[in-house]
Amino acid sequence: MSTRPRPFFRRRKSCPFSSDSAPKIDYKDVKLLQRFTSERGKIVPSRITAVSAKKQRELARAIKRARFLALMPYVVE
Amino acid sequence: MALYENVFIVRQDVSNQQVEELTTRFTEILESGGGKVEKTEFWGLRTMAYKIKKNRKGHYVMLNLDAPPPAVQEMERNMQLNEDVIRHMTLRVDELEEGPSAVMKFRGERSRSYGDRSDSRPAASAPSGDEKPTLPETPAAPATAEAEAPKTEGASE
Repeated sequence: MSTRPRPFFRRRKSCPFSSDSAPKIDYKDVKLLQRFTSERGKIVPSRITAVSAKKQRELARAIKRARFLALMPYVVE
Repeated sequence: MALYENVFIVRQDVSNQQVEELTTRFTEILESGGGKVEKTEFWGLRTMAYKIKKNRKGHYVMLNLDAPPPAVQEMERNMQLNEDVIRHMTLRVDELEEGPSAVMKFRGERSRSYGDRSDSRPAASAPSGDEKPTLPETPAAPATAEAEAPKTEGASE
């Protein structure tokens, strides 16, 4: 669909955690969580990553847990 | 009984053997309270994302527990008292994970940069049986590298 040349049309991306084959959000999976943080270590807003609201809450929780255990940084300086 | 996941971090200048002793001690405390440790996972000496009590690295240990709350509380209390344990976290979970956790899988991929310490699970151990944390490592490199590499998706569309 995205290949069709329609001006100003942007297909809404679906949530990367809502499909059946989606990865489980887990605070131990640092590699996965890192994809949803900025270079600065901040959590990327869901309007950019297209994560659903429910999954975004789950994701934020997981990232904060990973930070507490020093698996992820609070800030990257 | 309830299911829990516990991760604790031990100071970096404690030897691997002492970490194991500590783990068995916590396990015993839990068992005396009627609990059971379903799985123990040593993540080895990892570089932490930031310093905790002036430690740059720490031994990570994860315990999967099936225990009554008082036993967990008692174990947590002991972790707090122990000065070698610099951080710990216990979570109530609906179900315990099967097989190795994400950290172990991840570590296998780039074990070159880390001091591998996989005693107690010989299948995962690297060919070099070097167990001491005296490996020549580059402390700063892995943390920064992994922070830069994976860029957020979506914005590029």
